[in-house]
Amino acid sequence: MSSLSRDDVAKLAGLAVAKLAGLARIEMSDEELVNLSNEFTVILDAVARVQEVAGANVEPTSHPLPLRNVFRPDVVVPSLTPEEALSGAPAQEEQRFRVPQILGEE
Amino acid sequence: MIRNNAADMAAKLVSGEVTSVELTQAHLDRIADVDADVHAFLYVDTEGALAQAAAVDAKRAKGEKLSPLAGVPLALKDVMTQKGIPTTCGSKILEGWRPPYDSTVVTNLKKNDIVILGKTNMDEFAMGSSTENSAYGPTHNPWDLTRIPGGSGGGSSAALAAFEAPLAIGTDTGGSIRQPAAVTGTVGVKPTYGGVSRFGLVAFSSSLDQAGPCARTVLDTALLHEAIAGHDPKDATSINAPVPQVVAAAKSGDVKGMKIGVVKELNGDGYQPGVRARFEESLELLAKAGAEIVEVSAPNFEYALAAYYLIAPSECSSNLARFDAMRYGLRVGDVDGASAESVMNLTREVGFGKEVKRRIILGTYALSSGYYDAYYGSAQKVRTLITQDFTNAFEKADVLVSPTCPTTAFKIGEKANDPLAMYLNDIATIPVNMAGIGGMSLPSGLADEDGLPVGFQIMSPVMKDERMYSVGAALEAALLSKWGAPLLDKAPVMGGAR
Repeated sequence: MSSLSRDDVAKLAGLAVAKLAGLARIEMSDEELVNLSNEFTVILDAVARVQEVAGANVEPTSHPLPLRNVFRPDVVVPSLTPEEALSGAPAQEEQRFRVPQILGEE
Repeated sequence: MIRNNAADMAAKLVSGEVTSVELTQAHLDRIADVDADVHAFLYVDTEGALAQAAAVDAKRAKGEKLSPLAGVPLALKDVMTQKGIPTTCGSKILEGWRPPYDSTVVTNLKKNDIVILGKTNMDEFAMGSSTENSAYGPTHNPWDLTRIPGGSGGGSSAALAAFEAPLAIGTDTGGSIRQPAAVTGTVGVKPTYGGVSRFGLVAFSSSLDQAGPCARTVLDTALLHEAIAGHDPKDATSINAPVPQVVAAAKSGDVKGMKIGVVKELNGDGYQPGVRARFEESLELLAKAGAEIVEVSAPNFEYALAAYYLIAPSECSSNLARFDAMRYGLRVGDVDGASAESVMNLTREVGFGKEVKRRIILGTYALSSGYYDAYYGSAQKVRTLITQDFTNAFEKADVLVSPTCPTTAFKIGEKANDPLAMYLNDIATIPVNMAGIGGMSLPSGLADEDGLPVGFQIMSPVMKDERMYSVGAALEAALLSKWGAPLLDKAPVMGGAR
């Protein structure tokens, strides 16, 4: 049916994983992308089984507990000092986190 | 001294036969003696542990009222923050990070004067069943150093089995406390979800993660359980209700008239013969102790593994977004003119290992528009069905039981390149996390074919954790009188300290 070679298929699957890796903000080598896409196909086949029993009449469960919003009294309590909050920072400047540029040059 | 259980150590501290400094030093010596072979620890806090021990001894000398485990040493899984102590989660991305705050579990340990020896090895961000996914190298099973100690909490289980610590903390998202306990001949409990605070537990899959106690006996596990459990305003998912009376249950070990449900689907094909034999034997012992054994069915459990490997990666892809190289941890590629996005991409490429990347990508896919309903949405429905299966089963039985895992410890490297084979280890432990109920694993003997430990799993309904402790204590007592000595006495002798 398909005129694509195995390498072509792997390359196409690699492109799909490349897009996901981009969304997840993980740089990946071509080799990593191809390996992962091969594994990915197998894992997806296995997990797709959930669809067999997930009928429209079944309510989804996102959490084991009935979650409610929890409030605390609006009073000041001790928290981390600026020094403590910055203690793990890869880079800092003037008691702030120093980060790489977020917007473009213009 | 190091081979005693924690309750006996505590009694000797009370009687003055030994001081906490001596007891702590004995464990530090043991770690120095055997940990080059076992590699249970990522960090040993010699100075801090001895200082904490000296402080407990001083309090005791003054006649202060102390908690039951005061002065007894403990090993802490490296996924819990401890102020000023390196916390890596087994990942390069957190190498060298010293958190500026204590997790609530650590706060509770300190309040109870339990001495923290150091941080134990784990699969990176608790993703794995063998501790081979640690960026700092695998931990070895004290029963056979060529085999895995389970995962993700293999460092904690190995530390207990190698007598490097009498108590340990684990976390369990799909079996990471119970499976390591099973394959090392130790005891591990995943409390009811919400029973122990998650504040300061570095999140993997928030709706499944639960911290819990690990030890060598059921009573020691119960004592540690009560020390760390309870409501915490810092964790919105913490249950605001009294802690189940697990110590009293572990002391009584009474199962007369209790109904024990054998889950039909968690036995049989795929379970090693020695695992099944030890399971059947344990059932007979529980029946002799006065329990009634019934069979229950949970037809949707067969979908639990598939649902788990959608839900956990989905939640992890979101939780691990916090490792963005901006506020703490590793930063790579921060050269002049580099964008924040390229720094994130490069940092996460270098900082995360293979399995973590695999799960982030899978989760990103399962949550993406167009696939959400088919994958994540369907998995959530399966979660409902599994919870219903438990509800139905608990109408017929007070607790449910199964083997903890299908096999004994496998060889290091044996399943490293086959993610699906690795995932199958958790087939019997995952349903518990999906429903948020309690689960325990305790040793039920050695498999005839390989002489390695087998685990027996007990599951109890939400906030009825005391039931699994009653059953666990009854089985432990029956097995102990059958064997004549604790199972760990059969493990190979290590080091020169004995």
